[in-house]
Formats: sequence, structure tokens, C-alpha cells
Amino acid sequence: MPTNTDTSEIKELYQTSSPLHDMWVRLKRNKLALFGLFLVTALVVIAVFAGFIAPYDPVQISLKESLKSPSSAHLMGTDVLGRDIFSRIIYGTRASLIIGVVATSISLAIGVVVGAIAGYYGGWIDSIIMRITDIFFAFPFFLLAIAIMTFLGPSFINVFVALGIVGWTNYARLVRGQVISVKESDYIEAAHAVGAKDFRIILKHVLPNTLAPIIVFTTMNIGGVILSEAGLSFLGIGVQPPAPSWGLMLSEASNFIFNAPWMVIWPGVAIFLTVLGYNLLGDGLRDALDPRMKQ
Amino acid sequence: MTRYIIRRILQLIPVILGISIVTFLMMALVPGDPVVLMLGQHISPQTVENVRHGLGLDQPMLTRYIQYMWNALHGDFGRSYIQHQAVSQMLLDKIPVTFRLTVVAMVIAVTFGVLIGILSAVKQYSFWDTFATFFAMTGVSVPTFWLGMMLQLLFGVILHILPVSGTGGEGFHLQNYILPGLALGYASMAMYVRLTRSSMLEVIRQDYIRTARAKGLSGRIVIFKHAMKNALIPVATQAGMDFAGLMGGAILTETIFSLPGIGSMLFNAISRRDYPVVQGVTLFLALVFVVINLLVDISYAVLDPRIRYD
Repeated sequence: MPTNTDTSEIKELYQTSSPLHDMWVRLKRNKLALFGLFLVTALVVIAVFAGFIAPYDPVQISLKESLKSPSSAHLMGTDVLGRDIFSRIIYGTRASLIIGVVATSISLAIGVVVGAIAGYYGGWIDSIIMRITDIFFAFPFFLLAIAIMTFLGPSFINVFVALGIVGWTNYARLVRGQVISVKESDYIEAAHAVGAKDFRIILKHVLPNTLAPIIVFTTMNIGGVILSEAGLSFLGIGVQPPAPSWGLMLSEASNFIFNAPWMVIWPGVAIFLTVLGYNLLGDGLRDALDPRMKQ
Repeated sequence: MTRYIIRRILQLIPVILGISIVTFLMMALVPGDPVVLMLGQHISPQTVENVRHGLGLDQPMLTRYIQYMWNALHGDFGRSYIQHQAVSQMLLDKIPVTFRLTVVAMVIAVTFGVLIGILSAVKQYSFWDTFATFFAMTGVSVPTFWLGMMLQLLFGVILHILPVSGTGGEGFHLQNYILPGLALGYASMAMYVRLTRSSMLEVIRQDYIRTARAKGLSGRIVIFKHAMKNALIPVATQAGMDFAGLMGGAILTETIFSLPGIGSMLFNAISRRDYPVVQGVTLFLALVFVVINLLVDISYAVLDPRIRYD
């Protein structure tokens, strides 16, 4: 009959061998990855509590405060319409976070389904799907996003759609490759042998084993999407005024580089730190999830 | 080898068809009437009807698509709504600027990227290595256009040693392309650092490198003569593919630095809703991208005899 000490020992043994725990142990050793995790966490906290942190209303126009340089009243100065830049940057975390997560989820959803089907069934289904991804890959990423935005028309929702549509092919290829590599394993054959349906096998047995590279790619993809959103908004075909988006702020600032450099500097720093956070975290997760991938 | 090249070219046909369908649909699905966009609002319905007929816009979709393909195959990419000029002619005028910018960006990116990458591999786990990793991460995290603006601020206000906008007149003035080239090439540079590092680490662990060292050759000769040759194969492949990507990325850089290339042409077309130009530039860049990728694949097969394709 097991005593209390026994169960706790078993528990400990179980915990140390869990992949998630191993991952955390390895991630903790990586200083750059922890810095990335800190940046991402800080970003989420700021986005959630933007209302409490920002000293001013981010869209409040006050023309007599126009183009004020940084001071104790306006930490990062004001823009041409007299709006407080610090407040706009704080609220800007929301736009970038939402676009990063939603657009990536759209790509992820389409890509995983399509990639799993292509990899699992192979044959002509696979050929057709791969030719379609070839066509998407024939366009430089940002160019395709621009083209889609031009024709959809600029709006917040369309940014999700455009970046989501442009990004799915990467996931499809990634998942397809992973599925092909696990499809021949003994445990999949075993699942077939006991009469499991295709859908169940893909969902329960194949996909969980492709998770590590997907997590890594997703983390870094969020950063990439945020950069693209900034670029689109900068070109005037992304998020529309007066919404506080960092790319849009830079676009509005581009005529004031020399008169009001604070308008240019801070939104860029915000984008940079955000994207850097996701990239460092993603890079650390890659090493932590699969030590074999580390060079 | 010939069979591989032929197969690779045949594979392009569905891709190019796909590209043309995508760019055609963009134009066909534009909200609003293209004739009204072209001529303005104050035109009689009769004129609109005539122009529509003249342009073949009253034809069924399929006919229009075949016409579009046929024209594109003959180098006709449509006409600008605003400038009433052939898009192909506009492209020809703008290509030199974009080409120069891309080459300068490429040279900066590969030179510094490879050097830092080698340094970081040779001194693995040193301070330099960590620094190079961090540097590479900043490269993929910084918005190109913001970096451009920061360079303008730095050189326009404080340093004054390089021009911060324009091409400097007719011909090629290198000093005008350095800052835009640096802004555009920075992200690629970071990528080359990572690529060179991992490829170099793999190569210097191989037997022939150990042999070279055992023969008593100096470290420098082993690294730059023996190891680099093989380590740079993936870098060369990437550089080929990157070239077309940089041309796509030039949109933002050219706009910031007021360089009249394909990128600023696309930017102006977007802001004025000049759809044929947007369509033409997209088609052109996608075709360049595909052709360069083909050339890279073929040269890769030719250059590296270890790779066998059939």
C-alpha cells in the first residue's frame, strides 16, 4: 500500500519528465529568451491596462498643444494635432497585439488544416495544394499584402484578412512536412489497426507531434505580422486614422522628422521592442522545445 | 541535369498561370467602376459606355482574362489611369533606380553579414557570438522604414556626411544610395549572420578541415580558403532569392528616401488608386521573383556537384 511519501515522489518524477517542464527549465537558462518573455508579458499587461496607464485620451485633439517637445506634461511630446504621443503609444499596444494574434490565428487555422490534409493523404490532393502554395510563394510577402489591401480597401478588419491570407502557406508547408515525417511511425499504424478514423488520427495522433515547430513559428510570426501591419499602416492602407496604431503614427510623423523628431522616434521604438520580444522568445522556444534543433 | 532543368521550367507554367490569375482578379474585383476612376465623375453615360466598349470591359471575364494574358505576354502591362502612359514604359524608366538600390543593399548585407557570421562561428559562445545573435535579432525586428528615418535624422541633423534623400541627379551617385541601402539591407544582413554562422559551424567540424589544420596550415587560411568555400553555398542560394525580396521591400525605403524607383511608383499608384499600375508592378515583381528563384535553383544544381536531382 503506497504511503504519502511514495505518491509525492512519483509526482516529482512525473513532473520532471514532462516535456513542458523540461522546456521551461531550458528556457530559464536562456537570458535573451527570458528578456523576450518579459517584453511580451509587459506588452500584454500594458494593452490590458492601457486605460489606467495612459495619462490622456489617445484621440483627443488639442490644437494649441500641437508639436510640443517632450516635457513633464507630455512625456514623449505631442503630435501635429496636439495628441499626447505617450498615450497613443500605450493604446497602440492593443492594435498591434490584436492584429498580431488574430492574423496569425487565421493563417494558423487555414494552414494547419490544409497542410495536414496534404501531408496525410498525399497524391493528387497534395500536388494541387502544393502548387497553390507555390503561387503564393511567388509573391514577395509584403507585396502580396499590399496588393490585397489595395483591392480590399483600407480598414482594421481587412488588415487581419490580408495578413492572414498571405501567411497561411508557411504553416501549410510546415505542417505538411511534419505530418509526412510522423505518418509512417508505428503508433500511427497501430491507430489504423485498431480501426481509428482518419480525422481522429490526424487530430489526436499526428498533429500533437507537430506542435513544437508550430509553436516556434507562431511566436515569430506574430512579430512578423506586427511589422507588416506597421508597414501597411505607414503606406496609408492599413489601420485608419484616428486609431492609435504605431505604423500610422510614423506615417503621420514622416513630414516632421526634422521639426519634431520625438514623433518619429517613440512609435518606432515601440514596434522594435514588441517585435524583438516575440523573436527572442520564439528563438528561445526553438532551443528549449527541441534541443536537437540547436546549432 | 538537363532533365532537371527542363522539369523545373515546366513546373513554372502553373505558377505563372496562377500569378496571372491572381493579378487579373485583383483588377476585376476592384470596388467601383474602372472607367469612372479613369475619367472622373463628370462624364456622360454615353462616353462611359463607349470607353468601356473600347477597353473591352463589356466582354465576359474569361475573354478579358485571355486578352490580359495575351497582352502581358507581349510586354503590355496596361495603361496608367493618371499618367496615361504604358505601365511597361513606366517600369522601364524606374528599374535602374530600384536595381541600384537593391545591389547596394545586397552588397552591404552580404559583406557585413558573412564577416560577422564567420566571426561568431569561429569564436562560438564568446561575447562576440552572443552579440552577433542579438544583432541578428534586432535586424529582423526593426521596421525598415523607421530605420531609414532614424538614419536620415542621424545624418541630416548630426553627421552631415551623406545625402539623406534623392538620387543626386542623372546617373549613379553611390553616396545617395548608401543610407537607403543600409536601411533596406539591414534585415538581410542579420539573416546572413545567422545563416553563415550555422553553416560555418557545420563545416568546421568536418574531417577535411581537421586535416587542413593537422597539416599545419594557419587558422586564417583554413577558415577563409577551405571552410568558407563550402560554408557559403547556402549563403549564395539565399542571396539569389533575397534579391527579389529586396526589390519588393524597396517600396518603403524608396518612399522614405525619395528615390524614384519601382517602389515609389507603386506607393504613388496606391495612394492615387491607379489600379493598372498596382497590378502591373505586382505582376512584374512576381515574375522577376519566380525567374530569379529558377536561376538560383539551376545554378545551385550546377555549382554543387554533391546534389543530384534525378
